[in-house]
Amino acid sequence: MYETLKPATAWELAGMIATCRERRLPIDVSGAGSKRAIGRPMQTAVTVSTLSMRGIPLYEPSELVMSARAGTSLSQVEAELASRNQMLAFEPIDLGPATGGAAGQQTIGGVFAANLSGARRIAAGAARDHLIGIKGVNGRAEEFKSGGRVVKNVTGYDVARGLTGSWGTLAVLTEVTFKVLPWPEDTATIVFLGLTDELATELMQTAVGTPFEVSGTVHLSAGLAGRLRHDGLKSLGTSLTALRIENFTPSVTYRRDSLREHLKVAGFVKAVDLDAHDSIAFWNELRQLSVLPHGQKLLWRISTTPGKGPRIVAAVRRHMEAEALYDWSGGLIWLEVPATADAGAADIRRAVATHGGHATLIRAESAVRAAVDVFHPMAPAVEQLSRRLKSAFDPDGILNPGRMYTQF
Amino acid sequence: MSLIRMPEPDLGVVARRDVIVKDLEKLLGSGVIISDEDGRRAYETDALTAYTRMPLAVALPRSTSEVATILKYCRDNSIKVVARGAGTSLCGGALPAEDAIVVSVSKMNRVLEVDYPNRLARVESGITNLAISGAVAKEGFFYAPDPSSQLACTLAGNLAMNSGGAHCLKYGVTTNNVLGLKMVLMTGEIVEVGGGHLDSEGFDLMALIVGSEGQFGIVTEATVRILRAAEGARPMLLGFSSSEAAGRCVSAIIGSGIIPVAIEFMDKPAIQVCESFAKAGYPLDVEALLIVEVEGSDTEISRLLGQIAEIAEPFKPQTVVVSSGTDQSAKIWKGRKSAFGAIGRISDYYCMDGTIPLGRLPEVLLAISSICASRGLRVANIFHAGDGNLHPLILYDANDPKQSVAAEHAGNEILKLCVDVGGCLTGEHGVGIEKRDLMGLQFTPTDLALQMRIKSVFDPTWLLNPAKVFPLDAPRPSDVQAEAEAA
Repeated sequence: MYETLKPATAWELAGMIATCRERRLPIDVSGAGSKRAIGRPMQTAVTVSTLSMRGIPLYEPSELVMSARAGTSLSQVEAELASRNQMLAFEPIDLGPATGGAAGQQTIGGVFAANLSGARRIAAGAARDHLIGIKGVNGRAEEFKSGGRVVKNVTGYDVARGLTGSWGTLAVLTEVTFKVLPWPEDTATIVFLGLTDELATELMQTAVGTPFEVSGTVHLSAGLAGRLRHDGLKSLGTSLTALRIENFTPSVTYRRDSLREHLKVAGFVKAVDLDAHDSIAFWNELRQLSVLPHGQKLLWRISTTPGKGPRIVAAVRRHMEAEALYDWSGGLIWLEVPATADAGAADIRRAVATHGGHATLIRAESAVRAAVDVFHPMAPAVEQLSRRLKSAFDPDGILNPGRMYTQF
Repeated sequence: MSLIRMPEPDLGVVARRDVIVKDLEKLLGSGVIISDEDGRRAYETDALTAYTRMPLAVALPRSTSEVATILKYCRDNSIKVVARGAGTSLCGGALPAEDAIVVSVSKMNRVLEVDYPNRLARVESGITNLAISGAVAKEGFFYAPDPSSQLACTLAGNLAMNSGGAHCLKYGVTTNNVLGLKMVLMTGEIVEVGGGHLDSEGFDLMALIVGSEGQFGIVTEATVRILRAAEGARPMLLGFSSSEAAGRCVSAIIGSGIIPVAIEFMDKPAIQVCESFAKAGYPLDVEALLIVEVEGSDTEISRLLGQIAEIAEPFKPQTVVVSSGTDQSAKIWKGRKSAFGAIGRISDYYCMDGTIPLGRLPEVLLAISSICASRGLRVANIFHAGDGNLHPLILYDANDPKQSVAAEHAGNEILKLCVDVGGCLTGEHGVGIEKRDLMGLQFTPTDLALQMRIKSVFDPTWLLNPAKVFPLDAPRPSDVQAEAEAA
């Protein structure tokens, strides 16, 4: 890595990419660099950061829409929204602390480039569902746009959404436009105690299948629960399964009580309630994966059909010790495993292959990330399309080459 | 209607019609290919009925493997393919061509799996939109996107156009409610993306496929999200003395922190036609009507509707009526959902679909009136106000060629206006042939070239749904052109 370039405009960025393309210089595409420790290690000549492209050119609270330049920090975006009592409903998680960095560093561009969504994804949709427009520069050094500032828009292909989760390998985002939602007036959380992974998943699935609009469902093993900062919960010594309700105050009360009654009939009784204050603190902790702090152990992210979660974890546990944090009613598993040369990839991916879904290695030494497929290997037909897509955006392979896949 | 040009058919292909039909019948057996003229005529247009083209042949495959057989044959023989669901496209998205085979998935309409704990259903793509909700209603679940044509339109068409509906203000559009797809490429290869999990692995190919207007492949199966319905839902009617007041009331409701499941707008001409059709109790003396629906328990609904009535107060509503019960609610929605049909009984109309930023609503409605009036045409406005997705219906006489042309010109002018104020050409109907030549208003040549390259990722020979989406005169990038010609 020789230098970090910080273009102030898309035009300037396009010039830099053109030069790199001419000289065949591979580029490390970054925002604040908060996710640098994620993905395959790259050999790049230049780092291009979006950090000098900052600011919020458009915010219309009554239209529930905001545009921000890609290098704007997520915290600035969220502060601006909070001043009008609004939020990013997909509750983006912060992988900084879990991967050895500080909290609160990431840019809004990085949130969408990595499609990072938190617990509210089950009710409100993912980051990709909230993105409605982008501007960017591709590997051909062309400035382009897709979508716009209106939510209902099917004009042309959905290139904007197609770029979410591409980790800067297709284009450098320069501006993102997204939907926002009002902060719920009130929130409450019911925490069920001492459930096994299987029962917890059944509870979470039952809860989201009620009409009470549960907006968060997580399950922590007793071991992980003991790592919470929340005093009341960390000392209980049992596994915790939390269900969140958000709405206007009278509705929160009504829905929490109705949900509790409904679950009692299903046999789930032993629980404690968190009030709004504790509830917000609890879910904020989880947004930063506070129970999975950076350390010697490795961290995997597994996405599967919710009901399959416990079976995948049980299959992995036959081969290694593993602590599991279940989100999305069991459909998202953060799995902490001991450090080994192959990061447990063979066993973990075999378990995922049996039950469906995909697994990404989030935290490991760079030598391990160089040796193991960090992103889930693709089926041949999907790989061929992905390779062609990469080439459509970046024919010379200069944007984050090899970060997601060895081949491109 | 006559402004939209279609390319000259490839006469070589047309001349080989009998051989092609025979080949396909040999590959697929009987009952799949329609080749007689009467049979084909049923497929010569979609819901943009002003344009018709007799297809070379029509195929009604019964399985993914039959779709694969057809596409591979067409690719090997350089025959174009137009994918079709129920043919309800309002933008000519399923308009055939004389040198193309129409492949309709309408026979593939089974529910393959319903999984309530995981809130998903796996279905064949030819199922109608409403049949998905129908299959899961007994457990209190539903499939959220609800285009007005939901009784007839297929999921395949919804996926192609990324369809929305009245309730997408809360629940999102098609792309937000799909988890997995099985798609056949032009080579006959079968690709599966997504599944029962909530996010894609690697690139989000599904985001690109949904809304690709049948130009990437033919989707034969989909895994969709099903949601548990709210305890109840109830609409209220708010009538205003001006469209401007109604528009400002919409902004005020959304700005207050309440997100209703739907906010629909009708102007006076639309109200009158819909009321005489549905007897929904719409007020006839107001200039603009909002249908605002909220969900929850009875108590919650009453409280929310009360709050909304308070928010509306400063805009001096002439009518504030809460639905008296399920009967009236059904009528209120029947009036809205059958609006296009009801207006179609009194006049031919040209339905527009632009979206605008909500704040520009009053001035845009005024401009639409004057655009139509200046061409001697009437207009009725019905639309999804919560998200600014306008549906001006330009009324004209289809038997009068002058009026037809005037309506098309007025429509183009309205769409240009939508783009100029920061909106877009199409909110939920798609580009098809209708808005194809206007794409340059919204996109630069570079934007379009990038989209063409993405098209080539999936269909390098450009045989799928030709002459749609991109302006006919827009140059293809040389690499795209070279690959298409090499095949």
